[in-house]
Amino acid sequence: MKILVTVKEVATVEDEFEIEGTEIADKYLGADLNEWDDYAIEEAVQLQEDGLADEVVAVTIGPEDCEQTIRQALAKGADRAVRVWDDALADVDLLDVNAKTEILSAVIEAEEPDLVLSGVQAGDDSFGATGVSVAEEIGFQWGAVVNHLEHDLEDGVASVRRELEGGVEELTDIELPAVLTIQTGINEPRYASLRGIRQAQRKELDVQTLDDIGVDESAIETELELTDMYEPESESDATVWEGSADETAAELGDLLRDKGVAQ
Amino acid sequence: MSDVLAVADHRRGDLRDVSYEIITAGRELADETGGDLHLAVISGTVDDFADKLNRDGVDAIHTVDHGEEFNHDVYAQAVTQLYDELAPQYVLTPNSVNGLDYAPAVANDLDLPVVTDTVELEADGETLVATREMYGGKVETTTELEGDAVVTIRGAEWPAAEGTGDAAIEAFDADIDEDTVGSTVTGFEEVGGGDVDISEAELLVSVGRGIEEEENLEMIRELADALDATLSSSRPIVDNGWLPKNRQVGQSGKVVTPDVYIAIGISGAVQHVAGMKGSDTIVAINTDPNAPIMDIADYAIVDDLFDVVPELIDEFQ
Repeated sequence: MKILVTVKEVATVEDEFEIEGTEIADKYLGADLNEWDDYAIEEAVQLQEDGLADEVVAVTIGPEDCEQTIRQALAKGADRAVRVWDDALADVDLLDVNAKTEILSAVIEAEEPDLVLSGVQAGDDSFGATGVSVAEEIGFQWGAVVNHLEHDLEDGVASVRRELEGGVEELTDIELPAVLTIQTGINEPRYASLRGIRQAQRKELDVQTLDDIGVDESAIETELELTDMYEPESESDATVWEGSADETAAELGDLLRDKGVAQ
Repeated sequence: MSDVLAVADHRRGDLRDVSYEIITAGRELADETGGDLHLAVISGTVDDFADKLNRDGVDAIHTVDHGEEFNHDVYAQAVTQLYDELAPQYVLTPNSVNGLDYAPAVANDLDLPVVTDTVELEADGETLVATREMYGGKVETTTELEGDAVVTIRGAEWPAAEGTGDAAIEAFDADIDEDTVGSTVTGFEEVGGGDVDISEAELLVSVGRGIEEEENLEMIRELADALDATLSSSRPIVDNGWLPKNRQVGQSGKVVTPDVYIAIGISGAVQHVAGMKGSDTIVAINTDPNAPIMDIADYAIVDDLFDVVPELIDEFQ
């Protein structure tokens, strides 16, 4: 069985930052492997370790700069990676769900995996829609917000738990091939070992253009336009206790006694 | 066309709150486009649901009587067919776990753009302006798109619709192709039971990502003991396996309403706030004065938790 994992390098933002136009100024931005994708990679690698998968392929859409982040997936155990990038993508402000669907679907159709794992959402634009959209596009079954996957996959069925709101889980059987969007907490993502990091440098990272994967430039024309970005107005009317730690702790102590919840 | 089609959400026999909120969001949008608000109620006790959802502002309710519980294939097919029948400008669904299990599929099938987790919507002719957060709530953005679209709305952002409506309630005969239904719900399970019920606590000491390391949790346990309080946490602590699921406050955990909630090193993501905003008094201890938790805190200590918590333990030991 072959597993494909979609991964994304996301921008991380410092506590204090400035906005320029519809972007956060570069100097306040960092980069990291998307948190949800880290769990998806871990799940795929564990399936491989349990003897259920023969190959784990990581796929990303991103410029050369993101290779170091994507190599994290290789260092944690993915066998190889595919990175799709194109000059046409560099000009796009906000790659919408339809554009990502076109690109990822083309790669998946070429790779023919049995199972696709994707993070529930990306920590930056947080659409939370790409995995299900891709499944519909390529005719796979799917399950969104999966926080448990049985590692047997008997009879071509994935038994999963979907994390609903309010502490309720839905138990669902999904026919393979399928796309599962993976929720944080499904496993404990490993840290890459030094050996893994060294090996990752030698693993295959195949770079493909839109032309290579057979996607026409017109197909990635984004329909959403980001027109404004601003810091949400603080609605805080909290009483802020000032002073040293022992002074503020004493204020809190007084409050707790006043409210009668501590002595 | 200029109509709006909104889809209700229900689970295990009960309509979810967002089903009433989506009526308000849909009505506002339909007023701006000058169209009607259609509501779709799919699966479960649809007639009963339709009666309950017949509130002010709904023009028509379409019931699809097929199965008891949510199934994304049934929802996707029913909504797609309703779109073909009604030709609305916008399809609105809740940005719930189930909403995100079919809305993107509907959008892709219909070749429409999808914009998710919106907190504000405004339609001007063919243009939709959607407000949504990025970077975990650090910024808000507006996104514009032209023409028809599928839009998901965040819960608790619009007030619930009230009153009694006079919508036409009609059964919609959706043609569900069972051969394409590739997933089967086999059951539900409540998680987070066990030794303690955090929703019963009067005083909660709640810890978040700011605690950094598992061994630092000991300090928070000491504080909870000293205060005779109950220990709870935000999601990352449970994801890391440092505390069991029954300690998690938030959308996917427990909703709590203690007399006092002390949020220690918790930034206050919207999913967390959904679970604790009903607390009588909220105290935040956080180094970041701009953290979203400050928006709902009644009292705040803007300082390092590793300095403040030991002082607080001393105070009560």
